[in-house]
Amino acid sequence: MNTEQQNTAAGPELVVGVSPHIHSGASVERIMLDVVIALLPAVAAALYFFGLNAARLIVTCVATCLATEWICRRLMGRNNTLGDFSALVTGLLLALNLPPGLPTWMAIAGGVFAIAVAKQVFGGLGYNPFNPALAARAFLLISFTGPMTTWSASCIDATSTATPLGMVKEAFKAGAPAPFAMDGGLTLDFLLGNMNGCIGETSAIALLIGALYLLYRRVITWHIPVAFIGTVAIYAAILHAVNPAASMPVHFHLLTGGLMLGACFMATDMVTTPTTARGRLIFGVGCGLLTMVLRTVKTGAYPEGVSFAILIMNAFTPLINRATRHRIFGAAEAAKREARK
Amino acid sequence: MKVSPAPFLFRGGIHPPDSKTATAALPLKDLPLPARLEVSTSQHLGAPAAPCVAVGDRVTAGQLIAKASGFISANVHAPAAGTIAAIREAPTPTGRTATAIIIETDADAPAGEPPYKPIPDWREQEPRSLLDRVAEAGIVGMGGAGFPTHVKLSPPGDKPIDTVILNGAECEPFLNSDNRLLIERAAQVLEGCQIIRHILGAATLCVAIEDNKREAAAALFAAMKATPGDNQIHILKTRYPQGSEKQQIYSVTGRTVPMGGLPMDVGCVVENVATAYAVWDAVVNGRPLTARAITVTGDAVNTPTNWFAPVGTSFADLVAASGGARDNLAKLIAGGPMMGFALPSLEVAMSKTSSGLLLFPRECVRPYRSMACINCGRCVEACPLGLMPNELSQAAEADDIDEAENRHVMDCFECGACAYVCPARRPLVQHMRRAKAVITQRRRAAAQQKKT
Amino acid sequence: MITSILVVSGIGLVCGVALALGARYLSVEENPLIGTVTELLLGANCGACGYAGCGGYAQAIVAGEAPPNRCPSCTPEALAQISAALGIAPIEAAAREVALVLCRGDDEQAQKRFVYDGITDCAAAAAVGGGDKACRYGCLGYGTCLRACPAGAIEMVNGVARVHPELCISCRKCVAACPRGIIRMVPAASHTHIFCSSRDPGATVRKVCKVGCIGCRICTRLAEGAITMDGTLAVVDYKQPLDNEELPAKCPGKCILKV
Repeated sequence: MNTEQQNTAAGPELVVGVSPHIHSGASVERIMLDVVIALLPAVAAALYFFGLNAARLIVTCVATCLATEWICRRLMGRNNTLGDFSALVTGLLLALNLPPGLPTWMAIAGGVFAIAVAKQVFGGLGYNPFNPALAARAFLLISFTGPMTTWSASCIDATSTATPLGMVKEAFKAGAPAPFAMDGGLTLDFLLGNMNGCIGETSAIALLIGALYLLYRRVITWHIPVAFIGTVAIYAAILHAVNPAASMPVHFHLLTGGLMLGACFMATDMVTTPTTARGRLIFGVGCGLLTMVLRTVKTGAYPEGVSFAILIMNAFTPLINRATRHRIFGAAEAAKREARK
Repeated sequence: MKVSPAPFLFRGGIHPPDSKTATAALPLKDLPLPARLEVSTSQHLGAPAAPCVAVGDRVTAGQLIAKASGFISANVHAPAAGTIAAIREAPTPTGRTATAIIIETDADAPAGEPPYKPIPDWREQEPRSLLDRVAEAGIVGMGGAGFPTHVKLSPPGDKPIDTVILNGAECEPFLNSDNRLLIERAAQVLEGCQIIRHILGAATLCVAIEDNKREAAAALFAAMKATPGDNQIHILKTRYPQGSEKQQIYSVTGRTVPMGGLPMDVGCVVENVATAYAVWDAVVNGRPLTARAITVTGDAVNTPTNWFAPVGTSFADLVAASGGARDNLAKLIAGGPMMGFALPSLEVAMSKTSSGLLLFPRECVRPYRSMACINCGRCVEACPLGLMPNELSQAAEADDIDEAENRHVMDCFECGACAYVCPARRPLVQHMRRAKAVITQRRRAAAQQKKT
Repeated sequence: MITSILVVSGIGLVCGVALALGARYLSVEENPLIGTVTELLLGANCGACGYAGCGGYAQAIVAGEAPPNRCPSCTPEALAQISAALGIAPIEAAAREVALVLCRGDDEQAQKRFVYDGITDCAAAAAVGGGDKACRYGCLGYGTCLRACPAGAIEMVNGVARVHPELCISCRKCVAACPRGIIRMVPAASHTHIFCSSRDPGATVRKVCKVGCIGCRICTRLAEGAITMDGTLAVVDYKQPLDNEELPAKCPGKCILKV
């Protein structure tokens, strides 16, 4: 047996690996960068409507998240992952989910929680069961309920410091009629984002532009946003049809609160959502139902339910994945053949 | 005759850039006879052939030099006249090693008679005698796996075959060997299919071809006019892996091969273009399979060429004939880029299944990363079998081989669609392969234990 | 405040009593010797004795189904204590064996044929083009043994696995895990080894590795029977005493080392 030839074949340093030898070019970095790009309209709207406060929160959250990511990875003795931009996305999303007047130190606490507790404790990107930004928002909401539900004045009522959803919930709880009518002018304001709310959630139009970009780039699929928003719309339509006096019209539910931000950016976070198309539809419908239940049940404590709805559905993701596995090609035929035998 | 778009489409799949333009229009060129041929005895699936010549023997072109040993095995013939210089272990294009017969060729030897009797009147012959010819000629599936064709063409009696499918998809990017064979020798390929149909007693011949190969489709159309019987041309949507047997059967007939089953379970036999051509050559001309079409291309070779080259030609000779490799050569691939094998050096000889040799420059070679899965689900969408490559690879990574087995990792045929789309660039196919290797080993050990 | 303290303490008390009663009356009758022996064994649950964990082995020992000297990690003192506890004559400890990687062809000494691109696992790497090490018998260095080792006794040094003998618990997991089959169990008392597994002819070895056995047979003469030739590879016969101090210096392949 002569192996000399094989061993001494001099040549260039060739790379040998397993097929396939070509790649689509998709990368995690590019996906995260696309999400950042898609968030730019919402960031612009936040800066326009909330001014310096928005800038303060965005800078704080992004800087905190990046710093926390770097420190955590270093302490764990793992590679530096700032380059995958996922911490940047988390920082941006967290900032957009905060009310404009939140003290800076609370935003920092949120950023640290998002990265250190909700993400790196589980092993970093890909292993976290809950969306880090939403987990941090829930953490802040529970820890600092006051500051997290204090809003600045806006178009609806120059003196009120409540969100439209909050005003509606209080009114219906007290058995009063709706506090305002969803006429054309107000709808336009809501569409543009001229109302109280978290700095990034108010402008439906900016968020939708971002979502279209994500769809165009194939970063997300249509299933979750359509199922989520569609479920909210149908639920609201039924409520309104049954009892118009004690419920708001469909477009109110679609344009207020965190629905657009949640449905387009938070519920589409691929790490924490199902992988199959059917699973995504179930996930979206579940988010929609939970959101509307939390919003409209009168005894509920919070006027808004998008973030809790998504977090709850995040917990169901492994289960949904398990239940919606694809049919394996030829499995049914093999089973039939077995049965015939 | 009927020409129509394929009525069905398998789920999943991907759309890699086809990268075929560099060689699509280049006619097949006969390679000048190399001074040395290294003919492997293991160019097929199954047991290696047993050498039946000795060092120092003179052989004529087409002479049998290694006999099939066992039911699933195939004969090997001398591609050219010459002297046996050595019989030794040599690497194969699939990354293994096997016994190879080295022939110092004799360029001045006269082209003798074909080693087998031509059967131009095959229509009058018994299928049995034609099947024997296919076996004698050492014909194997030339699309990649190299399954001995005579075995494929002798299904058990309880599995009647009604449809022969000619696989003209050539869905692997870069390759044009089948495409050129169809453009230039469509009539011969079709006659090979007729012979196969005759052997199997099948009624229908379906030619499946992707919609990006118009010239080949036109050549087929022209040649088919003269072909008697129920002939159909199915134009497939260009989508990888249309060339995979089971996916193609579904696209063409709507039949689903049961998991763990074979095409004959649904009355189909799929044959590759080059195989059909080899069948024609063996039956009509009496010549064994000793040469094939091979595309040499990629950005790191100076003159991309479609060769018609003898089996056993070293890739170094092929590259030299193609103007040589460029300095930036970083990866050498035998076969297509999706399922081909990366080679450690050019000192490997082409086999009956070598449809292409790709030379990739450094900038096209990006390493895999064992980064965490981000659960994006693109692999799940891409898998033509409906497997969950994300879960399978994670199970394999965690050494949870049982979980991978329960999730049907053994059905994976390593098309690579999942790894192609993975944004985390995880080596998914390698994870599958590792899990499959462990399971195969376990099953073998279990079977062994049962015996003793 | 007081109420809460009382309630919580009460719950604790009730549970504690319940557990105590349960342990007293529901306990499964077990030979107390099993517990004693289990504690004397190391508790690594490595499986080297052939039983599922130390508990299983202890049961077998007490039942008289197995001799107590099968645990490779057991110290002689512990073995003596086990024998004493069982009331049997002290059994001689089997000579301790440790795993040894018979290759020192690291990234500087041994050549590579190509750049491997894939998962960090030796079996997976060996399946790709036969492995990137130019030597077919060389340590691939992708750490499969390291991950198989329950004792953390294996370290990768410059692309070659090295077992720390003082940490080795003799479980043989690395021996089974190595796809190249170049990890061998050797007596812990032996210190001179031939760190090469190549069965290739000397000329081939020379071309691919600076620290490989070239089959020159010089060592077989110097070792006076303690080194034998297996084809072109010199192999230490650990049954013979090997105390020639000159060996490492005299080996032209530089693969005999005293460690």
